[in-house]
Amino acid sequence: MTVGARSAIIAGWTLSRWLPVSDAEILLPLDALHLELGARMVPFAGYAMPIQYDGIIAEHQWTRTSAGLFDVSHMGQFELPSNCDRALEGLLPGDIVDLREGTLRYSLLLNAHGGILDDLMVTRRTNDLYLVVNGATKHADSALLRTAGLPLTYRDDLALLALQGPRAVDALEPLAPGVATLRFMRGGSFTLLGHPAWISRSGYTGEDGFEISVAAGHADTVARALLADPLVKPVGLGARDSLRLEAGLPLYGHDLTPAINPVEAGLAFAISKRRKTEGGFPGSDLVLHDLIQGAARRRVGLQIEGRQPVREGACVVDGGAVVGHVTSGGFGPALGRPIAMAYVLAALAADGTRVEIDVRGRLLDATVVPMPFFPKSYVRQGARP
Amino acid sequence: MTRYFTKEHEWVEVDGTVGTVGVTDYAQGQLGDVVFVEVPAAGRVVTKGGEAAVVESVKAASDVYSPVSGTVTEPNAALEAEPALVNTAPETDGWFFRLTLADASELGALMDEAAYKAFVAAL
Repeated sequence: MTVGARSAIIAGWTLSRWLPVSDAEILLPLDALHLELGARMVPFAGYAMPIQYDGIIAEHQWTRTSAGLFDVSHMGQFELPSNCDRALEGLLPGDIVDLREGTLRYSLLLNAHGGILDDLMVTRRTNDLYLVVNGATKHADSALLRTAGLPLTYRDDLALLALQGPRAVDALEPLAPGVATLRFMRGGSFTLLGHPAWISRSGYTGEDGFEISVAAGHADTVARALLADPLVKPVGLGARDSLRLEAGLPLYGHDLTPAINPVEAGLAFAISKRRKTEGGFPGSDLVLHDLIQGAARRRVGLQIEGRQPVREGACVVDGGAVVGHVTSGGFGPALGRPIAMAYVLAALAADGTRVEIDVRGRLLDATVVPMPFFPKSYVRQGARP
Repeated sequence: MTRYFTKEHEWVEVDGTVGTVGVTDYAQGQLGDVVFVEVPAAGRVVTKGGEAAVVESVKAASDVYSPVSGTVTEPNAALEAEPALVNTAPETDGWFFRLTLADASELGALMDEAAYKAFVAAL
């Protein structure tokens, strides 16, 4: 047996096999804790990161029913002066100028053709703009912003933890009083175990939950205090990938690439109303053309017949012709069946369309279905507490 | 009956000319949660060291090689409904397929249980 000989997906990263962590990988602030908790560590985005502790299915289900603690300190945390909002709009299609204090906005860094260079969160805080970008792209993002004249501060002295699940609020509120008043996509400054923390109600699992930015030196104390609550268990990258897949959330480098624009990706919601009228973001002519005329291909969800997972790279077939490719695929633990995301020709993107997936020469039946595959449980503004 | 092991973490239990093939407990630990197993159909000819089955866990699709050459007589039908047998009973109910051995002399190159245990302990 060769583990991963066919494909190995670590939160979407394809490796030829389970590579052991080498000296080349940077250690996370919580490295010692991960090892103490029995994590299996793998190289990811240049870091030694936990892929799993108890097992991906158990960690996935725990997050869906209680609260999972994720170490996502590999992600890039940037700060920009508040008055850079207009300049930042020159790089992405979101409305940043009118972004209210304490509010997060999901956005996309675009190239001159409207292709996606990264997806990120932008928050207006009292004294700055706070950006969270993907770990694998953070250095390129930093260079892009600086080249555009934006004087960003890369806060690699901060750790980032995510606490996700229906009981996350019950576990975090006693340690950081007041976080329960936050609503989805809102954030604020809190005192967490006596230390300052920036906490937002957001995440990458489809569940209610929080993302917690603290000084790297305090991360171990915070993580241990959260894990001392029986509601909380550590969750690795493996379940982070299966959770986001069930939630229909795209993964940069796989479902989003520089060859894909926001309309093709089904992320037109990230083009703010004013920007749709004004344009003025990279590739806006091409992107706004696709927004009005429709894109040639679309990101869709696929429900796969049977139990066999389909993986990234598998061809989508219709009547013997290749009509698209799977960009993320796997087993949905909360659904108990395989699911996938793919890009297909627009004519085949309607819900209910029947297609086939080529898995090692065998054709599996699949149906285009709406995403998310698993319903989201966000605590939104205006909703009753 | 004697059980033999490969460095790729397959086992084969031999009874006369009939072999039963599976993956070891160490292997299932490396795979993680198994969600699908593709086993060879009866009648398929497999070769020693050649691809014989594919096992899919939540995180990866992995090849399983046949420890010996022969002709498959029976795939384990139970794995279709309950692929997790590979995790819970890898060296008993979670077997992959049975075959008729083509060349019993191939067994000489495989490890016995004690040698395999020492091999895994050194990994």
